Amino acid sequence: MPARLDTRPSSESAVQSLRRRRFILLLTALAICLTVNSQAPPAPKFVVVLDAAHGGDDLGARLGNQSEKDYTLALSVKLRSLLMARGISVVTTRESGADVDANRRAEIANRANAAACMNLHAAFVSSKSGPAVHLFISTLPATANARFVPWKTAQSAWITRSNELAGVLNAALTHAGITVTLGQTALPAIDSMACPAVAIEVAPQRQTVAQDAAGADDAGFEAQVADALVAALVEWRAEGGQSGESRP
Amino acid sequence: MIPRHQTVLFVILLLASVIMGAVLWNQLRRAHERLLRGQDAAPTQAPLVAPAEQATLMVANDADNSVQARILTLPLPQNPEARARAVLGKLLDLYAAPDATHPVPGGAGSVAQVFLVPIADDTGKASPTAPQLAVVNLTSAFATGHPSGLQAETLTVLSICATLNANLPNVTQVRFLVDGQARATLAGHADLTRTYPAGQTAPNEGAHP
Repeated sequence: MPARLDTRPSSESAVQSLRRRRFILLLTALAICLTVNSQAPPAPKFVVVLDAAHGGDDLGARLGNQSEKDYTLALSVKLRSLLMARGISVVTTRESGADVDANRRAEIANRANAAACMNLHAAFVSSKSGPAVHLFISTLPATANARFVPWKTAQSAWITRSNELAGVLNAALTHAGITVTLGQTALPAIDSMACPAVAIEVAPQRQTVAQDAAGADDAGFEAQVADALVAALVEWRAEGGQSGESRP
Repeated sequence: MIPRHQTVLFVILLLASVIMGAVLWNQLRRAHERLLRGQDAAPTQAPLVAPAEQATLMVANDADNSVQARILTLPLPQNPEARARAVLGKLLDLYAAPDATHPVPGGAGSVAQVFLVPIADDTGKASPTAPQLAVVNLTSAFATGHPSGLQAETLTVLSICATLNANLPNVTQVRFLVDGQARATLAGHADLTRTYPAGQTAPNEGAHP
């Protein structure tokens, strides 16, 4: 009997201790939840897609003894370095001379949820024109954003943003003293991209035959264009071109 | 001793041979004279196959990425398909000229045919005034020789479409073939698998210094 009386108070204290522990645990969980909710949502990443046109057997235009395929790849690598140095994430569609078809390029761009997609081209200008950069957006008509868009016309929901991106690129290139032309073109590679997309054709001056034989080494112009494009993308980011905010 | 009848036969055959030779020589001389007369009668100027009319060519300019209208007086056939081919031929002649604003080799011979196909309405019927689809069949030599580049190819396609629409207002859509076959791109860039709206002259915003 005395032993029974001894055990009763210890059982009550154990229950109370358990309740206390549960209460503390509940408070801790609540505090964690509140802490997590009070934190600001992570800022959407600013991602740029660099799409070096052509590849594989598709050499593109000839620039002296260099093909457009090699020129655009080199430009893509250069731009990637410059952008990453400024803290901008870059996704490239092509890292080698291999061919990547238009659908695969668009797929890579769409998965990246990019703030800007740049389809890179290069061609010599005619002898009468000076070096220039030609900016093109898609010819697709602008449409309202829909939950599901046809693959081949996905860009139509982004035309307005693409036009704005082309404007920012145009301003930066013009500011750098480069002649710029604006236009629209029918290009499957950008028509399927669900992001602000601009096709950029770098057009260095056609050189003399002797210079051609030595290679299309217009490094000064190319570097000038690359710097201007990077400046434009930094400006685009500052204007709120984050991936999450850039949805049409 | 030769028999008399054989001598007579020989003389007759000899005379016949001489007469036949003379006739042949005479006919040869007449044929030659006819040929010479024919050459003399050949026209020294090409006959006019069609009256001269004003045509609007939408001419591309690489310097400012524009397509501008240029009005020329050309002999234009009445047949719409021949007319379409004639205006496109003149447009490509301008591009093949040494001082072209949009240099593209090839010239008028680069357009093999132009077919005009009525676009059926919802009921499946096509009236004579219905919108038309122009199918432009280019030569492979033109496509192979075309300068590769986004701007160069886009301007060529747009100027062809706009020129067709300017001279044949019923033409609202344009498709391209190369040597009668579908082709992915003109010279690596401009998409030739799609149907283009004919009235589009998109890259006309001009160059910025």
